[in-house]
Amino acid sequence: MVTPNPDFAKEIAAAGGEEVKMCFQCGTCTAGCPSGRRTSYRVRKLMRMAQLGMKEEIINSEELWECSTCYTCVERCPRQVPIVDIIIALRNIAVAEGHMYDNHKGTAKNLVKYGHTVPVKDDITALREKLGLPAVPPTVLSNDKAKADLDKILAATGFTKITE
Amino acid sequence: MAKYAFFLGCIAPLRYPGIEKSTREVCAALGVELVDLQDASCCPAPGVIRAFSKKTWLAAAARNLALAEKQGLPILTICNGCYGSLFDAAHELAHDEKLLAEVNEVLKEIGMEYKGTTKVYHFAEVLYREVGIEGIKAKITNPLSYQVAAFYGCHFLKPSNIKGVDDPEDPKILDELIEATGAKSMPRKQKMLCCGAGGGLKAAFGDVAKKFTETNLENMKESGAQYIIDVCPFCHLQFDGTQKELGYSIPVLHLSQLYGLAMGMSADDLGLSAHITPVTL
Repeated sequence: MVTPNPDFAKEIAAAGGEEVKMCFQCGTCTAGCPSGRRTSYRVRKLMRMAQLGMKEEIINSEELWECSTCYTCVERCPRQVPIVDIIIALRNIAVAEGHMYDNHKGTAKNLVKYGHTVPVKDDITALREKLGLPAVPPTVLSNDKAKADLDKILAATGFTKITE
Repeated sequence: MAKYAFFLGCIAPLRYPGIEKSTREVCAALGVELVDLQDASCCPAPGVIRAFSKKTWLAAAARNLALAEKQGLPILTICNGCYGSLFDAAHELAHDEKLLAEVNEVLKEIGMEYKGTTKVYHFAEVLYREVGIEGIKAKITNPLSYQVAAFYGCHFLKPSNIKGVDDPEDPKILDELIEATGAKSMPRKQKMLCCGAGGGLKAAFGDVAKKFTETNLENMKESGAQYIIDVCPFCHLQFDGTQKELGYSIPVLHLSQLYGLAMGMSADDLGLSAHITPVTL
């Protein structure tokens, strides 16, 4: 038996997923979901679990991270439920409670270190020069002050902390 | 012709610089003026960084948008992920004053403010709307005769209620852009299927991502496509980087590289040596 937990609905709403309550469980989302065709992830089921407040089951599940955010479900939903926004809200809650895959933490650490989600590689730097491009792209990578500004944003919004 | 702040993102400049080079050359040839968006960071990535912290994502995106606002220019992106993040963030901030005020509280720490005015466009959309198919055709010096697979990706068109670029289920824009070079965009099954890389899937569940990619590759092969033409360096990386393992060898080009070829750029200038699936022209 599942005991409905209305407090979780408030938590989801605060994270930007308030419209989960609009879902009337038709299943159009699951029917068109390319991930659901290849994994045990079921969009309709996740929306229902969110409505019922099954927080622990959701934030501990692999399925929460099996959405590729392709928006097929959002395009087809007859209730215009912003499903991807809801999934993002649920993932934010999961991460805030310490549920994060190592590889995702790696991507997050790249952002903190480089200001980009992938590291700088020597062979690509050489190719950039060969192509007549600046060896270092004209981004935060080439301006310490700009990178320091980004660092402040990452710290002020609690991001640096979740990568630790 | 309008002028744009060129947003590089991460994968193009740091993995496939040929995409950056081709974009610069092609835009110059077509009269689209690009000014570097100096000091920009990652957009940040919509499927991973936004999934970890929407607050961080929005504030860092707002910093990028504010840099363009200061230059008084709209942003041009060459990546669906960057387009997804920056367009969505700009849309949210233009329609929610409370959110904009919250973001500006964060930006105040670095002496910046975002007023909410920056417009964000995708490279393919700009060429289609500003230069137009006939304008592009007029600049083709090396017409192509390849059969190719047009790969739209997801965030170029979706969510369509705010983007409004084309029909998300049956679009034509990329097919038309490709065919302006003389190449033929081949019909195929499940043309709008995601590459599989987005949403953090590539990083956390690479095998699941590859299952998406494999279906796409099989359908592309069956269609007779000799090249895959994308508009997103992340889809590009997924197709380019997984084929060897999956047993396929269809070379992958970003639309800017296809245009570079059709406008007479040399193979060296397209930066093809960075491609993992060999490109033999």
